Amino acid sequence: MTKRFALGVFEDEDVLLHAVENIRAAGVKIYEVFTPFPIHGIDDALGIERSRLPIAAFFYGLTGLAFALWLQIYTLGVDWPMIIGGKPHIALPAFIPVSFELTVFFCCHGMVITFYAISKLYPRWKTPVLDVRSTDDKFVVAIELKDGTDLGHLTQLLRANGASEVNEKEMSKF
Amino acid sequence: MATLTHHESATAEYLEVSPRTNRKFIMILVAGVVLLAIGLIMSAMGIGAHHEAAGAAAHGAEHAQAEGSPIWLKRLLVSLWHNNVFFVGVSTIGTFFVALQYVAYAGWSVLIKRINEAMSAWILPGAIIMLVVFFLGRHDLFHWTHEGIMDPKSEHYDAIIAGKSGFLNTPFYIIRTVLYLGIWWFFSQRLRKLSLEEDLNGGTEYFHKSINVAALFLVLYAVSSSMSAWDWVMSVDVHWFSTMFGWYVFASWWVTGIAATTLTAIYLKQAGYLKFLNASHLHDLGKFIFGFSIFWTYVWFSQFMLIWYANLPEEAVYYNQRLGGFNGQYTWIFFFNLLINFAFPFLVLMTRDAKRQMIMLKIVCIAVIIGHWSDFYLMFMPATMKADNGFIIEIGVALIFLGAFLILFTKRLSQASLVPVHHPFLDESVHHTT
Repeated sequence: MTKRFALGVFEDEDVLLHAVENIRAAGVKIYEVFTPFPIHGIDDALGIERSRLPIAAFFYGLTGLAFALWLQIYTLGVDWPMIIGGKPHIALPAFIPVSFELTVFFCCHGMVITFYAISKLYPRWKTPVLDVRSTDDKFVVAIELKDGTDLGHLTQLLRANGASEVNEKEMSKF
Repeated sequence: MATLTHHESATAEYLEVSPRTNRKFIMILVAGVVLLAIGLIMSAMGIGAHHEAAGAAAHGAEHAQAEGSPIWLKRLLVSLWHNNVFFVGVSTIGTFFVALQYVAYAGWSVLIKRINEAMSAWILPGAIIMLVVFFLGRHDLFHWTHEGIMDPKSEHYDAIIAGKSGFLNTPFYIIRTVLYLGIWWFFSQRLRKLSLEEDLNGGTEYFHKSINVAALFLVLYAVSSSMSAWDWVMSVDVHWFSTMFGWYVFASWWVTGIAATTLTAIYLKQAGYLKFLNASHLHDLGKFIFGFSIFWTYVWFSQFMLIWYANLPEEAVYYNQRLGGFNGQYTWIFFFNLLINFAFPFLVLMTRDAKRQMIMLKIVCIAVIIGHWSDFYLMFMPATMKADNGFIIEIGVALIFLGAFLILFTKRLSQASLVPVHHPFLDESVHHTT
């Protein structure tokens, strides 16, 4: 699917942050902002909801913990009990390091895989870049152009808020 | 919403400790005195004592206890020592925190810096109490100070303790204690003074000087905090040793210190001070409490598991006493300790929202402070009081310390602006977002 965007290019993160606030206050929906580095406060300015990834992480961790405990209790306590160091077959203190490791293991991998999946970062996926300079020293605000969007008005709004240039760009794969 | 683009600047604000607040602190102190008096009377009259348990405790390796002070006096002395070690440690964490932030070039913590500086007000009175209690109560606290224990001809001779005489002898012990406390006090004063001069004169000169002072302090503190833990805490169990102990005690102090800082910041905020303190600062403090509660647990477990696994008698005796020893009277504190210092902060502070809410932080801070007080209780009591421990005297003394600590703390807090107005990173702290 092809989409058209108006791209406001900014030189400075402070100006950008103000511009984002003002553009949103003017009732224009911002599609995305591309910056060379993370900017403090931009999430709030864009009104992005917080990610629910931590909730998923908690349950991945819980799964890992349950798996680790099951693994150790079943193998060492039930399936093939052995006497190790004169300790009981199911000796919880000895199980804690492995439980900890597997909790972290499940948590990390679950999070990374989930993050890639929801960000559509899987192999062979080409990341569309609207303006390559946003990976260097420019800050780019992308506003989607729909039928009937007044480009002149948008350009004015972006310019008034400090955009050094306003370009139009079409992009497929969005 | 705080963004980089706001241009408000922080100005000096001064804390006024109202007579009402001071009266509250004195009330805490008085409540402590009352509890202490009740406890002492009860103990002297033998109410609630469990002498049978003392006899029943399997404790073969221990020497016949040389007759010490009467139980009530012994409990008082041990309590004084326990609380003083706890409060001096927490007090020093104030300076440690400031030093750490300087060396890390951290900007976010500038707004709470004065709280940490003021926390160190207890070091000097604590040092005096430490020495006085050592002179009065060393025979009740430290088995190695007993007459003749290092003399091969004496009937009290103990070869193991005699082998430690190069380190554990009274003169060297006092020199070390004075040295630790002296170093801590000196650096707390030095950093405080530089910070106050910066308030008056401005410029970055004080900042750079503070970094040097802080770096030196951190090196000395790394050694002295660990060694003070051996001396003040571990040597009550003189036959026993653990190489994790310095870290373990430090972790306990550190979490408590951060919790105390957070709690103070919240109280000040709720009283209308620290205008620029926002949820992001609390969030970072919450992360500290969360993270270092886990760190404490990690150290605790590292110590426990090795001893449990190896099961060597000379090491395992420590946990035998605390877990099931003396008729199991310490067992509940042992588990309570893990619950309140690990499970509780871990589960409650896990979400971002909890770390940003004052009420949640408050509950966790108070829990953690109580938790680590009882952690120290568990370090001291089985070794010194055996089965004759109790809670009324101990909590009474704790409240006296708390009241006195708060009076000194708030006094020093009110002596300078709550905002270090000329700190080079102040602006960064004011605009802090996470």
